[in-house]
Amino acid sequence: MVDRHVAWLALALVALSAGFLLWHLRAPYGFILELRGAKLAALICVGAATGAATILFQTVAMNRLLTPGIVGFDALFVLLQTLLVVTLGGVGAAQIPGALRFVIEAAVLMAAATALFGVLLRRDAGDVTRMILTGVILGVLLRGLASMVQRMMDPSEFAVVQQAMFASFGRVDLGQLIAAGLVLIAAFGAALRMAPALDVAGLGRGTARGLGLNHDRVVLMALMLVAAMISVSTALVGPITFLGLLAASLARHLTDTHRHIVLIPAAALIGALILVTGQFVFERLLGSQSALAVVVEFFGGLLFLWLVLRRRQL
Amino acid sequence: MRQWPLLICALIGVSGLSLLIGAASLSDGDGGWLLMVSRFPRTAAALLAGAGLALAGVVVQQVVQNRLVEPALTGTPEAAMLGLLAVTLIAPGMAIAGKMLVAAAAALAGMAGFIALAKRVPRSDPMLLPIVGLVYGGILGAIGIWAAWLTDLMQYLGTWQLGEFSGVMIGRYEWLWAVAGMAVLLYAVADRITILGLGEAQARSLGLNYKQTRALGLVIVSVLTALVMVTVGAFPFVGLVAPNLVSRWRGDNLRANLPLIALGGGVLVLAADVIGRVIRYPFEIPAATVFGVFGASVFLWLLHAAPRRAHG
Amino acid sequence: MIKVRGLGYGVGDTVILHDVNLTLAPGGITALIGPNGAGKSSLLHCMAGLTTPTQGRVEIDGLDPFTARDEARARAVALLQQTPVVVSRLQVRELVSFGRWPHHRGRPGPKDMEKVEEALEAFSLTDFAERPLETLSGGQRQRAFIAMTYAQDTSWMFLDEPLNALDPRHARDLMARLHGLSRGHDRSIVIVIHDINAAAGWADRIVAMKDGRIVAHDASAALLTPETLADVFDTPFEVLRHKDRPVVISR
Repeated sequence: MVDRHVAWLALALVALSAGFLLWHLRAPYGFILELRGAKLAALICVGAATGAATILFQTVAMNRLLTPGIVGFDALFVLLQTLLVVTLGGVGAAQIPGALRFVIEAAVLMAAATALFGVLLRRDAGDVTRMILTGVILGVLLRGLASMVQRMMDPSEFAVVQQAMFASFGRVDLGQLIAAGLVLIAAFGAALRMAPALDVAGLGRGTARGLGLNHDRVVLMALMLVAAMISVSTALVGPITFLGLLAASLARHLTDTHRHIVLIPAAALIGALILVTGQFVFERLLGSQSALAVVVEFFGGLLFLWLVLRRRQL
Repeated sequence: MRQWPLLICALIGVSGLSLLIGAASLSDGDGGWLLMVSRFPRTAAALLAGAGLALAGVVVQQVVQNRLVEPALTGTPEAAMLGLLAVTLIAPGMAIAGKMLVAAAAALAGMAGFIALAKRVPRSDPMLLPIVGLVYGGILGAIGIWAAWLTDLMQYLGTWQLGEFSGVMIGRYEWLWAVAGMAVLLYAVADRITILGLGEAQARSLGLNYKQTRALGLVIVSVLTALVMVTVGAFPFVGLVAPNLVSRWRGDNLRANLPLIALGGGVLVLAADVIGRVIRYPFEIPAATVFGVFGASVFLWLLHAAPRRAHG
Repeated sequence: MIKVRGLGYGVGDTVILHDVNLTLAPGGITALIGPNGAGKSSLLHCMAGLTTPTQGRVEIDGLDPFTARDEARARAVALLQQTPVVVSRLQVRELVSFGRWPHHRGRPGPKDMEKVEEALEAFSLTDFAERPLETLSGGQRQRAFIAMTYAQDTSWMFLDEPLNALDPRHARDLMARLHGLSRGHDRSIVIVIHDINAAAGWADRIVAMKDGRIVAHDASAALLTPETLADVFDTPFEVLRHKDRPVVISR
């Protein structure tokens, strides 16, 4: 049984995708369709990954304000990428095919993020605002470290990293896109499989354990899935901090449920919808290329402030 | 008074290093000329910028009664940046004094916005305000980036966003000496600023004109932020780290601490600049990047160390 | 039957439980009383297998809660912690259905639904079943959480200070319901409680703790003497008798 909201969202995404592909389509049809298709796939992957990851993260963090982007998952990914280039050397890193490199990076991120954020979530479980602030500053620190290591590299090596890291929707590495898509599908499937356990985990550690849930294991697995999903989105476009917050908040608001079997697909679809709509509007209607991320940040930031100031539940 | 000799030694040591180290060697050619035109101005600029930001940090903390806040966590640099963008668009030929004035005015407006937000944030949780400030700054920043995109000014934005001193030379940093003037002014009104930190009700019952004093404090912060921003760019965390470290050492007597805070901020920023110069010699890493890593680490430590005398 | 042998627990250098030995026969209500910091909550969590002790053993109806599988443990003993916080948007029925988790692990069957309805009924929540949790009053919310614990369908129910934040009417109502469960429904209930008179009025047995040790364990009427109470709480008490029940007055 598919939830009504999820069905509508899926329908909207299909319609929008068709519009995205076919709007003012001109010859050469095959070439343009291929170009647009790759871009569309990347947008959907990124939006879905960010939305779903945010729901998972918010549940295990017991917090509706934190997102993987805010606590610096993506910065950690960039840092790891950079360190990989530093250890292998620019040429060595460039020789690994995009798909394989992506899988390696995703695996390393899963290990590192689970260790780092697992500790963060356990340490500060009692003090919500301190956890948020720690997460935010940790994000700043990781971003700073990443840019510091980047600047410490040889300019030629840096060029390699930059090419690998700041891929935009404009040029998507097809191998990487396929690898990312497969990782995303696997992570998504795993997330849906553990949806009932996530429902219980949302009751908090104490209550969940009382109900016989191995809470620590669920948190660990959720963090690994978040890491996998964030690798997908960061590898394909780079960080969009507040996209996850927008997608997750809208999904919760729209579906008005705690059930992850509904929330996860809804947030994923909304994330994809936001990106595809945004890209469509900016690229086709306004003719402006790269402002989408900025606009998402702007509205995401406003939403964040509104949530904090309203402060129903932090 | 153990901290004074220590800081003075640090000042002399770091300044010495700063004068000696750089991509060009002092020994070949006209070393004296290099020293005068580039090294000395660069050293002075780092010290002044650090001092200015550290002082701005103290004042902000007193005004909002929260130790975990600093100008960069109140959207002030982003607001100043928006002001600069506007000037660059509307009157690109304006003299630097004019730009400075506009930047300071914009910074003041940004701070006012933050103060309005801060009033609505519950006092009970001191960690909430920096979060709000960060996101507020992020929103202003997003507006800035958006405007810069539309007008092809992204390059300018980059130079303001990331503070560094590699471009500093004689004739291009002298405005920073105004920081010294602001420091003197601040020293003169230090007691009143301290009373601000007690909160509006308490301050008024002590006979202080709260609104006026707060406005004065905010003007000082805006001017300091704008001075640093226009000449060398933004440096997050300086205003947070220097005052907190000093007050952990020495307690909270503001008037006695002000010189130490200024000196500490200056030495830290200069040290960051020196590290940025040597760590990947002969390339340079912006001082703001180096300081960002250090500052964020200190912030995390402050968050998790026992909250000694934290304002509520 | 619960058997606790040589139980010790501490955090860092602070010792919270010293060599606790306790045997609880099934049936009835057992009240844990004692001053703040006596270790009541820690004992409850250790007995439920949620906090791992530094030494000693616990056995619940022949099951070792520390080595048993999580769901097996959660089918033997249910614990409601102090002031649970929920951030998800939940309706009352949804909350109560979480009590069935250890039985179905995510795939509820008809029997689970039945048990949920029974729990809603037992705590008079049927009328609120569709209401979001955050719209309920404190007393109603507490009842919903206890209904969840009840739906877990364990022979032992542990409740950590369930009367907190309840006014006298709701407190009485709750104790009466628990009393009923402990009689007709084969449930053994252990509750941490601060109101000594509530313990005197409803509990069959009382375990008194102080400084991480059990100082007395007896039938309620026998345990509640001025001497024992003064010893436990370091403050003078007077104990009156009213209709064969002890009434405790602090003075």
